[in-house]
Amino acid sequence: MAEPQRARPKPTPETQHFWDGTKAGELRLQRCDACAHVYFPPRPFCPSCASRKVSIFKASGRGFLYSYVINHRPAAPGFTPPYAIAVVELDEGPRMMSNIIDCPQTPEALELDMKLEVAFQELDDKITLPVFRPAKG
Amino acid sequence: MRKNQVAVVGAAETTELGIIPNASQLQLHADAALNAIADAGLKLSDIDGFATAVETPQQVCHYLGIKPTWVDGTSVGGCSFMLHVRHAAAAIEAGLCQTVLITHAESGKSMIGKLPRSTPPDSLNGQFEAPYGVYGPPSMFPIPVLRFMKTWGITHEQLASVAVVQREWAAKNPRAMMKDPITVADVLNSRMIAYPFRLLQCCLVTDGGGALILTSADRARDFPRKPVYIMGTGESVETPMVSQMETFNSSRAFKTAGPLAFKEAGIAHKDVDHLMIYDAFAHLPLFGLGDLGFMPYEATGQFIADGNTRPGGKLPLNTNGGGLSYMHSGMYGMYALQESVRQMRGIAPAQVPNAKISVCHGVGGMFAASGTIVFTNER
Ligand SMILES: [Zn+2]
Repeated sequence: MAEPQRARPKPTPETQHFWDGTKAGELRLQRCDACAHVYFPPRPFCPSCASRKVSIFKASGRGFLYSYVINHRPAAPGFTPPYAIAVVELDEGPRMMSNIIDCPQTPEALELDMKLEVAFQELDDKITLPVFRPAKG
Repeated sequence: MRKNQVAVVGAAETTELGIIPNASQLQLHADAALNAIADAGLKLSDIDGFATAVETPQQVCHYLGIKPTWVDGTSVGGCSFMLHVRHAAAAIEAGLCQTVLITHAESGKSMIGKLPRSTPPDSLNGQFEAPYGVYGPPSMFPIPVLRFMKTWGITHEQLASVAVVQREWAAKNPRAMMKDPITVADVLNSRMIAYPFRLLQCCLVTDGGGALILTSADRARDFPRKPVYIMGTGESVETPMVSQMETFNSSRAFKTAGPLAFKEAGIAHKDVDHLMIYDAFAHLPLFGLGDLGFMPYEATGQFIADGNTRPGGKLPLNTNGGGLSYMHSGMYGMYALQESVRQMRGIAPAQVPNAKISVCHGVGGMFAASGTIVFTNER
Protein backbone atom coordinates (compact mmCIF):
# COMPACT_ATOMS: atom_id res chain seq x y z
CA MET A 1 0.00 0.00 0.00
CA ALA A 2 1.27 3.45 -0.91
CA GLU A 3 2.13 5.92 1.83
CA PRO A 4 -0.83 8.18 2.62
CA GLN A 5 -0.34 11.40 0.69
CA ARG A 6 -0.41 15.00 1.74
CA ALA A 7 -3.74 16.66 0.87
CA ARG A 8 -3.50 18.06 -2.66
CA PRO A 9 -5.35 21.16 -3.79
CA LYS A 10 -7.61 20.84 -6.81
CA PRO A 11 -7.92 24.20 -8.60
CA THR A 12 -11.26 25.65 -9.65
CA PRO A 13 -11.83 28.12 -12.50
CA GLU A 14 -11.60 30.95 -9.95
CA THR A 15 -8.31 29.78 -8.42
CA GLN A 16 -6.49 28.40 -11.49
CA HIS A 17 -4.42 31.59 -11.95
CA PHE A 18 -3.07 31.23 -8.40
CA TRP A 19 -1.89 27.64 -8.99
CA ASP A 20 -0.52 28.56 -12.45
CA GLY A 21 1.43 31.27 -10.64
CA THR A 22 2.99 29.04 -8.01
CA LYS A 23 4.02 26.61 -10.74
CA ALA A 24 5.78 29.51 -12.47
CA GLY A 25 7.43 30.60 -9.21
CA GLU A 26 5.10 33.52 -8.55
CA LEU A 27 2.79 34.26 -5.63
CA ARG A 28 -0.22 35.89 -7.29
CA LEU A 29 -2.75 38.04 -5.50
CA GLN A 30 -5.69 40.09 -6.74
CA ARG A 31 -6.31 43.82 -6.48
CA CYS A 32 -9.60 45.61 -7.03
CA ASP A 33 -9.42 48.11 -9.89
CA ALA A 34 -12.18 50.17 -8.27
CA CYS A 35 -11.12 50.43 -4.62
CA ALA A 36 -7.52 49.05 -4.65
CA HIS A 37 -8.35 46.38 -2.03
CA VAL A 38 -5.89 43.46 -2.16
CA TYR A 39 -7.44 40.15 -1.20
CA PHE A 40 -7.01 36.40 -0.84
CA PRO A 41 -8.22 33.67 -1.42
CA PRO A 42 -8.88 34.20 -5.15
CA ARG A 43 -12.27 35.16 -6.56
CA PRO A 44 -13.27 37.14 -9.66
CA PHE A 45 -14.75 40.09 -7.74
CA CYS A 46 -13.81 42.36 -4.87
CA PRO A 47 -15.08 41.19 -1.45
CA SER A 48 -14.79 44.76 -0.21
CA CYS A 49 -16.80 46.69 -2.84
CA ALA A 50 -18.28 43.95 -5.10
CA SER A 51 -16.61 45.28 -8.25
CA ARG A 52 -15.96 42.63 -10.90
CA LYS A 53 -13.07 44.67 -12.28
CA VAL A 54 -10.10 43.09 -10.57
CA SER A 55 -6.49 42.45 -11.61
CA ILE A 56 -4.06 39.67 -10.88
CA PHE A 57 -0.55 40.73 -9.88
CA LYS A 58 2.66 39.16 -8.65
CA ALA A 59 3.06 39.72 -4.92
CA SER A 60 6.40 40.53 -3.31
CA GLY A 61 6.43 37.18 -1.50
CA ARG A 62 7.48 38.96 1.68
CA GLY A 63 5.60 38.90 4.96
CA PHE A 64 5.85 38.04 8.63
CA LEU A 65 4.82 35.24 10.96
CA TYR A 66 1.38 36.18 12.31
CA SER A 67 0.64 33.03 14.34
CA TYR A 68 1.10 29.26 14.33
CA VAL A 69 0.72 25.96 16.10
CA ILE A 70 3.28 23.17 16.19
CA ASN A 71 1.21 20.11 15.52
CA HIS A 72 2.22 16.97 17.40
CA ARG A 73 -0.79 14.69 17.12
CA PRO A 74 -2.70 13.60 15.24
CA ALA A 75 -0.46 14.28 12.24
CA ALA A 76 -1.98 14.81 8.81
CA PRO A 77 -1.16 12.21 6.16
CA GLY A 78 2.20 12.97 4.58
CA PHE A 79 3.49 14.96 7.58
CA THR A 80 6.03 13.97 10.21
CA PRO A 81 5.32 15.60 13.56
CA PRO A 82 6.12 17.98 15.08
CA TYR A 83 5.48 20.45 12.28
CA ALA A 84 4.35 24.07 12.33
CA ILE A 85 1.13 25.19 10.68
CA ALA A 86 1.58 28.91 10.26
CA VAL A 87 -0.40 31.94 9.20
CA VAL A 88 1.69 34.47 7.31
CA GLU A 89 0.70 38.09 6.88
CA LEU A 90 1.90 39.30 3.47
CA ASP A 91 3.33 42.78 2.96
CA GLU A 92 0.40 43.45 0.60
CA GLY A 93 -2.07 42.81 3.46
CA PRO A 94 -3.75 39.42 3.02
CA ARG A 95 -2.89 36.48 5.24
CA MET A 96 -2.46 32.88 4.18
CA MET A 97 -1.88 29.57 5.87
CA SER A 98 1.47 27.95 5.10
CA ASN A 99 4.40 25.96 6.43
CA ILE A 100 7.75 27.38 7.48
CA ILE A 101 10.76 25.65 5.92
CA ASP A 102 14.51 25.94 6.60
CA CYS A 103 13.72 26.61 10.27
CA PRO A 104 13.57 24.34 13.34
CA GLN A 105 9.94 23.61 14.18
CA THR A 106 10.30 24.88 17.76
CA PRO A 107 8.78 27.76 19.77
CA GLU A 108 12.31 29.16 20.20
CA ALA A 109 13.02 29.33 16.46
CA LEU A 110 9.54 30.35 15.37
CA GLU A 111 9.26 33.88 16.68
CA LEU A 112 6.07 35.80 16.05
CA ASP A 113 6.62 38.75 13.69
CA MET A 114 9.79 37.21 12.18
CA LYS A 115 10.27 38.23 8.55
CA LEU A 116 9.50 35.55 5.99
CA GLU A 117 9.84 35.10 2.24
CA VAL A 118 7.99 32.81 -0.09
CA ALA A 119 9.47 29.58 -1.47
CA PHE A 120 7.88 27.02 -3.73
CA GLN A 121 7.45 23.34 -3.02
CA GLU A 122 6.51 21.13 -5.98
CA LEU A 123 4.04 18.42 -4.95
CA ASP A 124 3.55 16.94 -8.42
CA ASP A 125 3.46 18.09 -12.04
CA LYS A 126 0.22 19.96 -11.45
CA ILE A 127 0.55 21.53 -8.01
CA THR A 128 3.29 23.64 -6.47
CA LEU A 129 2.61 24.94 -2.96
CA PRO A 130 3.75 28.32 -1.69
CA VAL A 131 5.59 27.91 1.62
CA PHE A 132 7.72 30.39 3.57
CA ARG A 133 11.25 30.54 4.97
CA PRO A 134 12.96 33.02 7.28
CA ALA A 135 13.92 36.06 5.20
CA LYS A 136 17.62 36.51 4.46
CA GLY A 137 19.29 39.65 5.76
CA MET B 1 -37.10 40.32 18.58
CA ARG B 2 -39.10 41.20 21.69
CA LYS B 3 -37.71 39.76 24.89
CA ASN B 4 -39.31 37.06 27.06
CA GLN B 5 -42.02 36.16 24.52
CA VAL B 6 -40.83 32.57 24.12
CA ALA B 7 -39.72 30.06 26.75
CA VAL B 8 -37.95 26.72 27.08
CA VAL B 9 -40.51 24.29 28.52
CA GLY B 10 -38.64 21.04 27.94
CA ALA B 11 -34.94 20.25 28.21
CA ALA B 12 -33.05 17.00 28.50
CA GLU B 13 -29.84 15.26 27.53
CA THR B 14 -29.51 11.67 26.38
CA THR B 15 -30.10 9.05 29.06
CA GLU B 16 -26.39 8.20 28.94
CA LEU B 17 -23.49 10.55 28.28
CA GLY B 18 -19.88 9.70 27.61
CA ILE B 19 -19.23 6.43 25.82
CA ILE B 20 -22.44 4.96 24.39
CA PRO B 21 -21.56 1.87 22.33
CA ASN B 22 -25.14 0.64 22.04
CA ALA B 23 -26.81 3.46 20.08
CA SER B 24 -26.44 5.10 16.70
CA GLN B 25 -26.22 8.86 16.29
CA LEU B 26 -29.80 8.94 14.99
CA GLN B 27 -31.05 6.96 17.98
CA LEU B 28 -29.27 9.39 20.30
CA HIS B 29 -31.29 12.21 18.68
CA ALA B 30 -34.45 10.22 19.42
CA ASP B 31 -33.39 9.41 22.99
CA ALA B 32 -32.75 13.09 23.75
CA ALA B 33 -36.01 14.11 22.05
CA LEU B 34 -38.10 11.57 23.95
CA ASN B 35 -36.53 12.66 27.23
CA ALA B 36 -37.29 16.33 26.47
CA ILE B 37 -40.85 15.54 25.44
CA ALA B 38 -41.37 13.66 28.72
CA ASP B 39 -39.78 16.54 30.62
CA ALA B 40 -42.29 18.93 29.03
CA GLY B 41 -45.23 16.57 29.57
CA LEU B 42 -46.01 16.59 25.84
CA LYS B 43 -46.78 14.02 23.15
CA LEU B 44 -44.79 13.75 19.91
CA SER B 45 -47.90 14.91 18.04
CA ASP B 46 -47.74 18.23 19.92
CA ILE B 47 -44.50 19.14 18.12
CA ASP B 48 -45.14 21.27 15.02
CA GLY B 49 -41.70 22.84 14.61
CA PHE B 50 -38.34 21.10 14.39
CA ALA B 51 -34.68 22.08 14.13
CA THR B 52 -31.45 20.14 14.08
CA ALA B 53 -27.90 20.31 12.67
CA VAL B 54 -25.65 17.91 10.74
CA GLU B 55 -28.46 15.36 10.50
CA THR B 56 -31.26 16.76 8.32
CA PRO B 57 -34.67 17.69 9.74
CA GLN B 58 -36.29 15.10 7.43
CA GLN B 59 -34.03 12.36 8.79
CA VAL B 60 -34.82 13.02 12.45
CA CYS B 61 -38.50 13.95 11.93
CA HIS B 62 -39.13 10.74 10.01
CA TYR B 63 -37.33 8.63 12.59
CA LEU B 64 -39.29 10.22 15.44
CA GLY B 65 -42.61 10.33 13.58
CA ILE B 66 -42.98 14.11 13.69
CA LYS B 67 -45.00 16.03 11.06
CA PRO B 68 -43.71 19.61 11.30
CA THR B 69 -45.04 22.77 9.65
CA TRP B 70 -41.76 24.62 10.31
CA VAL B 71 -38.21 23.29 10.10
CA ASP B 72 -34.72 24.74 10.44
CA GLY B 73 -31.66 22.80 9.33
CA THR B 74 -29.13 25.54 10.08
CA SER B 75 -25.84 23.72 10.45
CA VAL B 76 -22.96 26.05 11.30
CA GLY B 77 -21.10 23.83 13.74
CA GLY B 78 -21.37 23.50 17.49
CA CYS B 79 -23.36 26.70 18.05
CA SER B 80 -26.08 25.68 15.56
CA PHE B 81 -28.41 25.08 18.49
CA MET B 82 -28.07 28.65 19.73
CA LEU B 83 -29.12 29.77 16.25
CA HIS B 84 -32.00 27.27 16.32
CA VAL B 85 -33.23 28.78 19.60
CA ARG B 86 -33.09 32.26 18.04
CA HIS B 87 -34.84 31.16 14.85
CA ALA B 88 -37.44 29.14 16.75
CA ALA B 89 -38.26 32.08 19.00
CA ALA B 90 -38.80 34.26 15.93
CA ALA B 91 -40.93 31.57 14.25
CA ILE B 92 -43.11 31.10 17.33
CA GLU B 93 -43.58 34.85 17.68
CA ALA B 94 -44.47 35.08 13.99
CA GLY B 95 -47.07 32.33 14.39
CA LEU B 96 -45.38 29.87 12.03
CA CYS B 97 -45.54 27.13 14.67
CA GLN B 98 -46.37 26.71 18.35
CA THR B 99 -44.08 24.08 19.83
CA VAL B 100 -40.54 23.60 18.55
CA LEU B 101 -38.26 20.65 19.25
CA ILE B 102 -34.51 21.17 18.76
CA THR B 103 -32.29 18.09 18.83
CA HIS B 104 -28.57 17.42 18.82
CA ALA B 105 -26.76 14.12 19.03
CA GLU B 106 -23.37 12.90 18.03
CA SER B 107 -21.68 9.55 18.24
CA GLY B 108 -18.42 11.46 18.50
CA LYS B 109 -16.49 8.71 20.31
CA SER B 110 -18.15 5.46 19.24
CA MET B 111 -18.71 6.69 15.66
CA ILE B 112 -21.89 4.68 15.14
CA GLY B 113 -23.98 6.08 12.29
CA LYS B 114 -21.91 9.27 12.39
CA LEU B 115 -21.97 11.27 9.19
CA PRO B 116 -18.53 11.75 7.58
CA ARG B 117 -16.88 15.16 7.76
CA SER B 118 -14.72 15.82 4.75
CA THR B 119 -12.89 18.70 3.09
CA PRO B 120 -13.14 18.46 -0.71
CA PRO B 121 -9.79 19.21 -2.39
CA ASP B 122 -11.41 21.84 -4.61
CA SER B 123 -13.03 23.73 -1.72
CA LEU B 124 -11.23 26.83 -0.46
CA ASN B 125 -10.28 25.01 2.74
CA GLY B 126 -9.11 22.07 0.63
CA GLN B 127 -6.92 24.28 -1.53
CA PHE B 128 -5.57 26.81 0.94
CA GLU B 129 -5.50 25.11 4.37
CA ALA B 130 -5.58 21.31 4.09
CA PRO B 131 -2.24 21.06 2.17
CA TYR B 132 -0.41 22.59 5.15
CA GLY B 133 -1.15 19.72 7.50
CA VAL B 134 -4.27 20.79 9.34
CA TYR B 135 -5.92 17.65 10.60
CA GLY B 136 -8.93 18.05 12.85
CA PRO B 137 -9.83 20.82 15.28
CA PRO B 138 -6.77 20.50 17.58
CA SER B 139 -4.49 21.51 14.69
CA MET B 140 -6.70 24.45 13.65
CA PHE B 141 -8.61 25.95 16.56
CA PRO B 142 -5.47 26.97 18.54
CA ILE B 143 -3.83 28.69 15.54
CA PRO B 144 -4.86 32.20 16.77
CA VAL B 145 -3.67 31.60 20.36
CA LEU B 146 -0.04 32.69 20.13
CA ARG B 147 -0.99 36.00 18.49
CA PHE B 148 -3.77 36.57 21.06
CA MET B 149 -1.28 35.87 23.87
CA LYS B 150 1.35 38.22 22.47
CA THR B 151 -1.08 41.07 21.80
CA TRP B 152 -2.82 40.90 25.16
CA GLY B 153 -0.04 39.67 27.42
CA ILE B 154 -1.72 36.36 28.26
CA THR B 155 0.51 33.65 29.81
CA HIS B 156 0.64 29.88 29.37
CA GLU B 157 -0.18 29.52 33.07
CA GLN B 158 -3.32 31.64 32.70
CA LEU B 159 -4.47 29.52 29.76
CA ALA B 160 -3.80 26.40 31.82
CA SER B 161 -5.90 27.76 34.68
CA VAL B 162 -9.00 27.62 32.45
CA ALA B 163 -8.82 23.82 32.52
CA VAL B 164 -8.09 23.76 36.26
CA VAL B 165 -11.11 25.89 37.17
CA GLN B 166 -13.46 23.94 34.94
CA ARG B 167 -12.33 20.69 36.54
CA GLU B 168 -13.41 22.18 39.88
CA TRP B 169 -16.92 22.63 38.47
CA ALA B 170 -16.89 19.15 36.93
CA ALA B 171 -16.05 17.63 40.33
CA LYS B 172 -19.51 18.77 41.48
CA ASN B 173 -21.27 17.15 38.53
CA PRO B 174 -22.00 13.40 38.71
CA ARG B 175 -22.44 13.25 34.92
CA ALA B 176 -19.09 14.89 34.12
CA MET B 177 -16.63 12.68 32.29
CA MET B 178 -13.52 13.98 34.11
CA LYS B 179 -13.83 14.80 37.82
CA ASP B 180 -10.37 14.37 39.39
CA PRO B 181 -8.78 17.68 40.48
CA ILE B 182 -5.90 18.99 38.35
CA THR B 183 -3.30 21.73 38.82
CA VAL B 184 -1.75 24.25 36.44
CA ALA B 185 1.40 22.07 36.51
CA ASP B 186 -0.65 19.00 35.53
CA VAL B 187 -2.01 20.91 32.53
CA LEU B 188 1.40 22.21 31.47
CA ASN B 189 2.92 18.72 31.80
CA SER B 190 0.17 16.89 29.93
CA ARG B 191 0.90 15.51 26.48
CA MET B 192 1.58 18.10 23.78
CA ILE B 193 -1.15 18.13 21.13
CA ALA B 194 -0.58 21.31 19.11
CA TYR B 195 1.77 23.83 20.70
CA PRO B 196 0.87 25.85 22.70
CA PHE B 197 -1.94 23.50 23.67
CA ARG B 198 -1.63 20.28 25.60
CA LEU B 199 -4.09 17.47 26.15
CA LEU B 200 -5.84 19.04 29.16
CA GLN B 201 -6.48 22.24 27.17
CA CYS B 202 -8.35 20.33 24.46
CA CYS B 203 -11.95 19.15 24.67
CA LEU B 204 -13.04 15.61 25.38
CA VAL B 205 -14.40 13.37 22.64
CA THR B 206 -17.59 11.67 23.77
CA ASP B 207 -21.03 10.45 22.70
CA GLY B 208 -24.30 12.08 23.65
CA GLY B 209 -27.11 14.39 22.76
CA GLY B 210 -29.65 16.85 24.02
CA ALA B 211 -32.99 18.38 23.11
CA LEU B 212 -34.94 21.52 23.91
CA ILE B 213 -38.63 22.36 23.54
CA LEU B 214 -39.76 25.96 23.09
CA THR B 215 -43.20 27.53 23.05
CA SER B 216 -44.73 30.95 23.63
CA ALA B 217 -44.31 32.46 27.07
CA ASP B 218 -48.08 32.65 27.45
CA ARG B 219 -48.48 28.91 26.87
CA ALA B 220 -45.40 28.15 28.97
CA ARG B 221 -47.30 28.85 32.18
CA ASP B 222 -49.27 25.61 31.74
CA PHE B 223 -46.22 23.34 31.59
CA PRO B 224 -44.91 21.24 34.49
CA ARG B 225 -41.45 22.87 34.61
CA LYS B 226 -40.57 26.41 35.56
CA PRO B 227 -40.35 28.29 32.22
CA VAL B 228 -36.98 29.64 31.16
CA TYR B 229 -37.49 32.72 29.00
CA ILE B 230 -35.51 33.72 25.93
CA MET B 231 -34.46 37.23 26.91
CA GLY B 232 -32.03 38.07 24.12
CA THR B 233 -30.40 36.43 21.13
CA GLY B 234 -27.60 37.05 18.63
CA GLU B 235 -25.89 35.23 15.79
CA SER B 236 -23.24 35.71 13.14
CA VAL B 237 -20.73 33.94 10.91
CA GLU B 238 -17.27 34.97 9.80
CA THR B 239 -15.20 32.48 7.76
CA PRO B 240 -14.78 28.70 7.47
CA MET B 241 -11.00 29.26 7.16
CA VAL B 242 -9.33 30.08 10.46
CA SER B 243 -6.44 31.66 8.53
CA GLN B 244 -8.83 34.23 7.06
CA MET B 245 -10.25 35.66 10.31
CA GLU B 246 -10.09 39.46 10.33
CA THR B 247 -7.80 39.30 13.35
CA PHE B 248 -6.55 36.74 15.88
CA ASN B 249 -6.90 39.31 18.70
CA SER B 250 -10.65 38.69 18.88
CA SER B 251 -13.47 36.94 17.03
CA ARG B 252 -15.67 39.02 14.73
CA ALA B 253 -18.50 36.47 14.98
CA PHE B 254 -18.34 36.61 18.81
CA LYS B 255 -18.23 40.42 18.78
CA THR B 256 -21.35 40.51 16.62
CA ALA B 257 -23.50 37.80 18.24
CA GLY B 258 -22.74 38.59 21.89
CA PRO B 259 -23.52 42.31 21.98
CA LEU B 260 -26.67 41.73 19.86
CA ALA B 261 -28.00 39.39 22.54
CA PHE B 262 -27.10 41.78 25.38
CA LYS B 263 -28.81 44.65 23.57
CA GLU B 264 -31.96 42.67 22.86
CA ALA B 265 -32.11 41.55 26.49
CA GLY B 266 -31.51 45.10 27.67
CA ILE B 267 -28.98 43.94 30.26
CA ALA B 268 -25.59 45.12 31.45
CA HIS B 269 -22.69 42.80 32.24
CA LYS B 270 -23.19 43.23 35.99
CA ASP B 271 -26.67 41.69 35.58
CA VAL B 272 -25.24 38.33 34.46
CA ASP B 273 -25.44 35.72 37.23
CA HIS B 274 -24.25 32.74 35.22
CA LEU B 275 -22.20 32.40 32.06
CA MET B 276 -21.48 29.63 29.60
CA ILE B 277 -18.77 30.15 26.97
CA TYR B 278 -18.33 27.18 24.64
CA ASP B 279 -14.90 25.83 25.48
CA ALA B 280 -13.77 23.45 22.78
CA PHE B 281 -10.26 24.65 23.69
CA ALA B 282 -8.90 26.64 26.63
CA HIS B 283 -8.61 29.98 24.82
CA LEU B 284 -12.29 30.30 24.02
CA PRO B 285 -13.39 31.61 27.43
CA LEU B 286 -10.75 34.36 27.12
CA PHE B 287 -11.97 35.39 23.67
CA GLY B 288 -15.55 35.20 24.98
CA LEU B 289 -14.96 37.36 28.06
CA GLY B 290 -13.33 40.00 25.87
CA ASP B 291 -15.58 39.80 22.81
CA LEU B 292 -18.77 39.87 24.89
CA GLY B 293 -17.47 42.97 26.62
CA PHE B 294 -17.10 41.64 30.16
CA MET B 295 -13.59 43.09 30.46
CA PRO B 296 -10.59 44.21 28.41
CA TYR B 297 -8.84 41.30 26.67
CA GLU B 298 -5.69 42.01 28.70
CA ALA B 299 -7.60 41.18 31.90
CA THR B 300 -9.23 37.91 30.80
CA GLY B 301 -6.38 35.52 31.66
CA GLN B 302 -5.72 36.95 35.11
CA PHE B 303 -9.47 37.10 35.81
CA ILE B 304 -9.74 33.33 35.39
CA ALA B 305 -6.39 32.56 37.04
CA ASP B 306 -7.50 34.62 40.08
CA GLY B 307 -10.50 32.33 40.59
CA ASN B 308 -13.28 34.72 39.62
CA THR B 309 -15.01 32.07 37.51
CA ARG B 310 -14.59 29.14 39.93
CA PRO B 311 -17.25 27.86 42.33
CA GLY B 312 -18.03 30.73 44.68
CA GLY B 313 -16.42 33.27 42.33
CA LYS B 314 -18.15 36.43 41.18
CA LEU B 315 -18.79 35.23 37.61
CA PRO B 316 -19.58 31.47 37.58
CA LEU B 317 -18.46 30.21 34.17
CA ASN B 318 -18.96 26.81 32.51
CA THR B 319 -20.54 25.36 35.61
CA ASN B 320 -21.09 21.88 34.17
CA GLY B 321 -17.32 21.46 33.69
CA GLY B 322 -17.48 22.52 30.05
CA GLY B 323 -16.24 20.82 26.94
CA LEU B 324 -12.90 20.36 28.69
CA SER B 325 -14.28 18.22 31.55
CA TYR B 326 -18.05 17.59 31.22
CA MET B 327 -18.48 16.19 27.74
CA HIS B 328 -17.90 17.17 24.13
CA SER B 329 -19.51 15.10 21.42
CA GLY B 330 -18.21 17.36 18.65
CA MET B 331 -20.97 19.98 18.74
CA TYR B 332 -21.04 21.10 22.36
CA GLY B 333 -23.47 24.03 22.07
CA MET B 334 -26.48 21.95 23.08
CA TYR B 335 -24.84 20.98 26.39
CA ALA B 336 -24.04 24.61 27.19
CA LEU B 337 -27.71 25.46 26.57
CA GLN B 338 -28.82 22.55 28.77
CA GLU B 339 -26.66 23.82 31.63
CA SER B 340 -28.04 27.35 31.30
CA VAL B 341 -31.58 25.96 31.43
CA ARG B 342 -30.75 23.84 34.49
CA GLN B 343 -29.26 26.89 36.22
CA MET B 344 -32.37 28.95 35.43
CA ARG B 345 -34.62 26.15 36.67
CA GLY B 346 -32.53 25.97 39.85
CA ILE B 347 -31.70 22.27 39.43
CA ALA B 348 -28.06 22.27 38.26
CA PRO B 349 -25.69 19.90 40.08
CA ALA B 350 -23.48 22.92 40.86
CA GLN B 351 -26.33 25.40 41.23
CA VAL B 352 -25.48 29.11 41.39
CA PRO B 353 -27.64 30.44 44.23
CA ASN B 354 -30.43 32.80 43.13
CA ALA B 355 -29.24 32.98 39.52
CA LYS B 356 -31.77 34.95 37.45
CA ILE B 357 -29.92 35.69 34.21
CA SER B 358 -27.75 33.25 32.29
CA VAL B 359 -25.75 34.06 29.15
CA CYS B 360 -24.93 31.14 26.88
CA HIS B 361 -22.37 31.80 24.15
CA GLY B 362 -21.47 29.33 21.43
CA VAL B 363 -18.92 28.90 18.68
CA GLY B 364 -19.20 26.97 15.42
CA GLY B 365 -16.24 25.66 13.48
CA MET B 366 -12.96 27.42 14.28
CA PHE B 367 -14.44 30.84 15.14
CA ALA B 368 -16.48 30.38 11.93
CA ALA B 369 -19.86 31.04 13.52
CA SER B 370 -21.36 32.21 16.77
CA GLY B 371 -24.66 32.29 18.62
CA THR B 372 -25.55 33.84 21.96
CA ILE B 373 -28.68 33.33 24.05
CA VAL B 374 -29.61 35.27 27.19
CA PHE B 375 -31.97 33.29 29.42
CA THR B 376 -33.95 34.43 32.45
CA ASN B 377 -36.32 32.75 34.88
CA GLU B 378 -38.22 35.97 35.58
CA ARG B 379 -40.61 37.48 33.10
ZN1 LIG C 1 -13.11 46.89 -4.36
